[in-house]
Amino acid sequence: MSSTAEDAGANPALVVEDLHKSFGDVEVLKGVDLDAREGDVISMLGASGSGKSTFLRCINLLETPNRGTVTLHGETIRMKLGKQGEPVPEDMNQVIRMRARLGMVFQGFNLWSHMTVLQNVTEALVHVLKMPKNEAADKAGSVLQKVGMYDRRDYYPAHISGGQQQRAAIARALAMEPDIMLFDEPTSALDPELVGEVLKVMRNLADEGSTMIVVTHEIGFAKDVSNKVIFLHEGLIEAEGPPQQMFGNSESDRFRQFLARSLH
Amino acid sequence: MEENGDRTFWEYLTYVSENHSPLDFVLIWDHIDRFLWGTVLTLEITFLALLLGGMLSIPLAIARAYKHPWLNSPIWCFTYFFRGTPLLVQTYLIYYGLAQFDAVRESFLWDPILSSAWWCALIAFTLNTAAYTTEFLRGSIETTPQGEIEAARACGMSPGIAMRRIILPNAFRRALPAYSNEVIFMLHSSVVLSTITLQDILGAGRWLNGRYYLAYEGFITAMVFYMILVFLISRGFKWWEKHWLAHLRQREAEPESGSGKVAV
Repeated sequence: MSSTAEDAGANPALVVEDLHKSFGDVEVLKGVDLDAREGDVISMLGASGSGKSTFLRCINLLETPNRGTVTLHGETIRMKLGKQGEPVPEDMNQVIRMRARLGMVFQGFNLWSHMTVLQNVTEALVHVLKMPKNEAADKAGSVLQKVGMYDRRDYYPAHISGGQQQRAAIARALAMEPDIMLFDEPTSALDPELVGEVLKVMRNLADEGSTMIVVTHEIGFAKDVSNKVIFLHEGLIEAEGPPQQMFGNSESDRFRQFLARSLH
Repeated sequence: MEENGDRTFWEYLTYVSENHSPLDFVLIWDHIDRFLWGTVLTLEITFLALLLGGMLSIPLAIARAYKHPWLNSPIWCFTYFFRGTPLLVQTYLIYYGLAQFDAVRESFLWDPILSSAWWCALIAFTLNTAAYTTEFLRGSIETTPQGEIEAARACGMSPGIAMRRIILPNAFRRALPAYSNEVIFMLHSSVVLSTITLQDILGAGRWLNGRYYLAYEGFITAMVFYMILVFLISRGFKWWEKHWLAHLRQREAEPESGSGKVAV
């Protein structure tokens, strides 16, 4: 139960309790908990279909969980029962407000195709955070510098490589100064030679103390960068712990098998 | 002396134009003002209808795209009716048809609006173009990449902001080529005006034909006017597409090939 961050007594940033999610008859998440402290970098591993992406998407309510709570810095997203008895957010404005504090990076980048890289980054600053335009442009400029995309700021997403698009997408999320960054398989859609540049940016973020939850297939990243690793299997947490323990000698046979398969 | 010479030249020109030229261009020149006024009327009603119909089509297309529980079927009926019947019939129905009802003739709308051919044409044209625009705009909204909508939600945009900033701008751009066809189609359809007493471009041609019994002079001139307008409109759209659809173009070869990547 004890992880290094907890020992350090850092403030809880995100607490997820007993999260359930079904799609039709298929129960994808069967009660998953997560406790992220400020500065934590949590890697979530698991075979495809284990529910790790769904879990991440339930945190900012891109998917509505069937049961369970999400608490961000002490504020719990309030749910109520909808017309068909399914849970729905009680106050959509609360969800919208919380989403602005959770930066999300998608597997498919999802940059807005009709906007340049710079416009992609300033868009939510101006229209969600209501930042003045020149201030937003300054902010976007410095974040783009950070991910090494400043010289590509006037390009449209279709005109840059996947790695560049993903770095721009990270900048877009980062510019909002979110409490937590959520990464949903950020390198899975990239050509192998482009993975490195994205991982490097993520590594830098982790070094700066960002709180990150990363759903990934990159065992190396989970091992070297994160301070906590969670292994999901069929909608449940099969094993979790600090990477030294997990990768050293995990008690879970399934996790060891998963690792053995992944390393081939 | 010189003035005298000019006059003789003009008289000579008139003589040639009347007796030897296949087209009596001097006669056309004498009545060019009718064609110019006709152009004003044609453009006035066509573009007012496009403007009003376009504005009307946006909420209708949104309601269709999101299958609004009450509005979807009525709007479908509206677009089906206006796209399924000829504009000429629709115009007749409003101009001649409505006048049959005492209630219409006695209503406050009769005197300034429904008794006037100009207004009836504007109403018919507006509803017609709104129906067409609604349907292809609906298609465009529906094919907005899902990931871009998710990215908008994930960064805390309310549904209204996401619609206004992401979905519609993206959909408008993709609908632009179809819309240029609609504009040209509307311009061609505006010849209906000349059948309800209005002096549009074709009306001027019909007047010339009726007055001098010279079909070529009237109708070829009208044709040339329409061709010039279509040429200008398609040029305008080319320019617009170049500026608005830059993000959809193939990537051009990069001048600074520092990254070593070559355009495909």
